[in-house]
Amino acid sequence: MRSPDLGAATRSKGEPPMRRTVLEVVGLHRAYGGVRAVDNVSFTLAEGRSLGIVGESGSGKTTTARIVVGLERADTGRVLVHRRDRTERRRGRVHRLARAREVQMVFQDPYLSLDPRTTVGAVLRETLRLHFPDADHPRRIAELLEQVGLGEREAGALPRQLSGGQRQRVAIARALAVEPAVLVLDEAVAALDVSVQAQILNLLADIREATGIGYLFITHDLGVVRCVTDDVIVMRHGRVVESGPTAEVLARPSHPYTRLLLDSVPGPGWDPRSIAAARRALSDSP
Amino acid sequence: MTVLDIRAYRLRLPNTARPVLAGVDLTVGARETVALVGESGSGKSLTSRSVLGLLPAGAATEGTVRVGGDDVLTMTPEQLRRLRTGTAAMIFQDPRAAINPLRRLGDFLTESVRLNGGLSAEAATARATEMLDAVGLPASVLGRYPGQVSGGMLQRVMIAAALMGDPALILADEPTTALDVTSQAEVVALLGDLQERFGTGLLFVTHDLGLAAAIGDRVYVMYAGRIVETGPAEALFARPRHPYTAALLASTPRLDGPRGRLAAIEGRPPGLRDEPVGCPFALRCPLATSECTRQAPELLPVDGEPGRRTACHHSDRTGEATADA
Repeated sequence: MRSPDLGAATRSKGEPPMRRTVLEVVGLHRAYGGVRAVDNVSFTLAEGRSLGIVGESGSGKTTTARIVVGLERADTGRVLVHRRDRTERRRGRVHRLARAREVQMVFQDPYLSLDPRTTVGAVLRETLRLHFPDADHPRRIAELLEQVGLGEREAGALPRQLSGGQRQRVAIARALAVEPAVLVLDEAVAALDVSVQAQILNLLADIREATGIGYLFITHDLGVVRCVTDDVIVMRHGRVVESGPTAEVLARPSHPYTRLLLDSVPGPGWDPRSIAAARRALSDSP
Repeated sequence: MTVLDIRAYRLRLPNTARPVLAGVDLTVGARETVALVGESGSGKSLTSRSVLGLLPAGAATEGTVRVGGDDVLTMTPEQLRRLRTGTAAMIFQDPRAAINPLRRLGDFLTESVRLNGGLSAEAATARATEMLDAVGLPASVLGRYPGQVSGGMLQRVMIAAALMGDPALILADEPTTALDVTSQAEVVALLGDLQERFGTGLLFVTHDLGLAAAIGDRVYVMYAGRIVETGPAEALFARPRHPYTAALLASTPRLDGPRGRLAAIEGRPPGLRDEPVGCPFALRCPLATSECTRQAPELLPVDGEPGRRTACHHSDRTGEATADA
């Protein structure tokens, strides 16, 4: 695994730690027909940090994530991991595997992202055999399962024999198996029940602390963003409308759209009528 | 006036160890918004579907589910049809799944009143236009197909459809879960307006505690097929009297709570093959004692708090436990 979180010690003293940049996204553009899905998006993610991308459907947050992972191509712009450009597509098995080790992704629905006929242990074994043919696989599989809080019993299970939370743990273990520099989590806890969601969010916090992996956390849930990210960018209509440290952005939003998103979160004193009015006012402006 | 009155309602499915619903008591008054909160498998959707007589195959029921005084469980098919097109209406979570994509929205809106309400095509269209106006949509929507409007608009069409038969009760099963947060506010505001205007009772089923707190006059919390706690929304969330409610609140990532690690509830709810002896939450509960695993607690009134009931042997200690968390 990667070196442990360099900032853990310094952070407690309250000094900004020196961290290597793992992911750099520069000027991404992507259009579908006349629609600018991603419009000049740039951000950086440092080692061991967690960056949230917040927005509603159509904001371009998922397209951005998919470009970072390599599931989608940008029209222009660059994605660099450890200063190496991922966007120039070098062909061949070696390059493909190297790209996979840079960035891994966990999807919203683990039921769709796991092969229904493959046991948990076999999923991990397959991934390890592909990326680390010479390693001690049984030991590593046990290690990975322990890291995500699963045991031997689950190793022999098929996805349908597991609960939603357990399946998401398997998806996380599979992603961690290749020891990626960056983990992209696309609404990875959105489909889970609240009590299970809390378990997974805590698990993700533990993994980040232990491995120094960087998270790109795509979500529509501001409560989740507040809980698991250090920095956040807010997207709307393909553009970044606001960015900064999560605590700051949520406490003192400067863009009216960020404020609308915050006000929309239901809670005591919630006023849906004024939110609806604010929403209409905002959609009239560009 | 009570529009929905569920009493000692039990529902059992074949090949299960425990009843899916184990004695549910729940009421909704006219103009009242009642939130029914629970996680998946708690039985909240089954409860709301039962109100329309939509029962899974092989279901065996006990108790009563009265809508406007009549027991749904003993209705004839003809009575059920009248119930579903008139007295009670349901708004489903995913409008794209609930509305036929191959038919115009005008057909969808007028179908039930034309077939069962005895309205002429002309009168039905006039009513549909009026209801679309009530939800803030133009009459031109009548000629559109579902694929031609946004999710938020389609959910408003579904609300308009629910209003077509002038219901006394609306059942909304996670009606905003598939929507963006800002559209959610719009739909909730709309439901509130319509409720005032038409005097309907609303049973709002959700997994979102924050949403339940924000919109419900009263809240019921379900766990493993039982109501574990009920009361006025504000009091219930300010001081939960059931450890499950308290734990659920503590595990929700919130904008006003502490940052960092969440107080997750370990384990998961009992499945349908486990027959819990005693309290179904006991295995995950920080307050559980031997009494809890021996005998299931009844839903009893909380001293000094009108309208509040909780099913916990240690409800007097629950408030303290939350304060510590």
